[in-house]
Amino acid sequence: MSEKKKVLIADDDFDILEQLKMQLQAEGFDVVACESQAEAENQLETIKPDIAIFDLMMDDLDSGFVLSYKTKKKYPDVPVIIITAVTNETGLKFDVSTEESKNWLKADVILNKDIRFEQLFKEMNRLLGDN
Amino acid sequence: MQFLKVLVADDEPGMRRGVQKVLKKAHFKFEKLEHEIGFKVLEAADGQQSIDLLQKEAIDLLLLDYKMPGYSGLEILEWIKKEQLDVTTIMITAYASLDVAVSATKNGAFDFLAKPFTPEELRTVVEKATRNLIAQREAKRLAEEKRKIRFQFLSVLSHELKAPIAAVESYLRLMKGRAAGEELKNYDHIIDRSLIRMEGMRKLIFDLLDLTRIESGEKKRELRKIDLVPIARNSIETMNVLANERGIQIHLNAPESLTLTGDQSELEIVLNNLISNAIKYNKENGRVEVTLKKDDQQVTIQVTDTGIGMTPEEQSRLFQEFVRIKNEETRNILGSGLGLSIVKKIAQLYNGTVSVESEKNVGSTFHVYLPLEQKTNENEQN
Repeated sequence: MSEKKKVLIADDDFDILEQLKMQLQAEGFDVVACESQAEAENQLETIKPDIAIFDLMMDDLDSGFVLSYKTKKKYPDVPVIIITAVTNETGLKFDVSTEESKNWLKADVILNKDIRFEQLFKEMNRLLGDN
Repeated sequence: MQFLKVLVADDEPGMRRGVQKVLKKAHFKFEKLEHEIGFKVLEAADGQQSIDLLQKEAIDLLLLDYKMPGYSGLEILEWIKKEQLDVTTIMITAYASLDVAVSATKNGAFDFLAKPFTPEELRTVVEKATRNLIAQREAKRLAEEKRKIRFQFLSVLSHELKAPIAAVESYLRLMKGRAAGEELKNYDHIIDRSLIRMEGMRKLIFDLLDLTRIESGEKKRELRKIDLVPIARNSIETMNVLANERGIQIHLNAPESLTLTGDQSELEIVLNNLISNAIKYNKENGRVEVTLKKDDQQVTIQVTDTGIGMTPEEQSRLFQEFVRIKNEETRNILGSGLGLSIVKKIAQLYNGTVSVESEKNVGSTFHVYLPLEQKTNENEQN
């Protein structure tokens, strides 16, 4: 039996964090849940996750991007998924489908809230399969 | 200097020149307006030219001759009304009869000027029309601003109502999918969270009702001499249940009685909100001090807690609608984000003020200052 994969998740909405955690645990992941950008940064100091999922807007409007950047800097091989409601709320679109946007958005996948868990798991499995 | 566009529509060139000369030099200063108002004068020699210019240029003021080749002054007035142009018209005529004045005013002219007129008469009429125009536009702008604020409030509100529904819905789905297995106790924490979110929503709806009542003025304010001390005692008694659960002591420092002019239920709302906040954001076994004071001019309601306190940044956002200071410590505390904005609104109804001093992890003190007397007439109009 293989070791449980470790997921680092960060979302300042406690309910969403809790729900995500339960779903991921149900899927067999080992979950480290953080409520803020600062907390996630601290975790990154001590653990190396297999994959990370960050909410975009937390302490700052771009917390998710910052966390993503820091994760990639320390662990270039760890895939990062950003989840955000920003597109629904503002119409601003981010995507990482082109090489150009990948240069400045250090995330592998950006998903819109409300996330569908099947879609999230599909993306996670795809990214984890790459490794 | 702000320039208004004036169109002089008259078939006599001498008349147009005269108006040009007077209005070029004229500028008015109105109270409430920081800048002066000057005029840029355009001319039209007949009815058709007038209409062309009215269509092309954003004319603010129209000096309109009653008798002109082409369209008559009255026809132009009717056309302006039909087109719903935002232009203030002063009718000029040599035939200053009551009939003409009445029909012109009926058709939307603001004022009347009889030929021949002196420069001073022209200035007076134009000043009056300008004052009216500025006041009207200001009123319109305020109404528009109010509409925008209302819209913003509603969109934030709908978001605040949607969020708990979405949270509870997702929790239920997790349970339905047995995400944590078959044992019900595995779901205790999400059941608790769901209940907290539901209660929060109920609180929001109640606060919203308070707020609507205050804002709409639907509920008649009953302003009378009222003793604040029993209101505070009553509020403390109600809140004691909540305080006892967490070992918090509430103390009242107040004179025997303390009267001011006010509305019983508004003052209840203020005290209930302040005291319940002082309990909610307190630490276990903390203290709440409620102090009521009075001098010749005002009453001070002071509520101090020994709670979690706030950073200066958090304090600066505190009295806005739907602001809830979000951190680890406040997560499980119920709140609609409307309580303090309600307190502030009520204080404003009394021409009073609200302030806060706070230190992170030490506690917060809220002050509400209310003048002793209220101008009853003014308040009834609101």
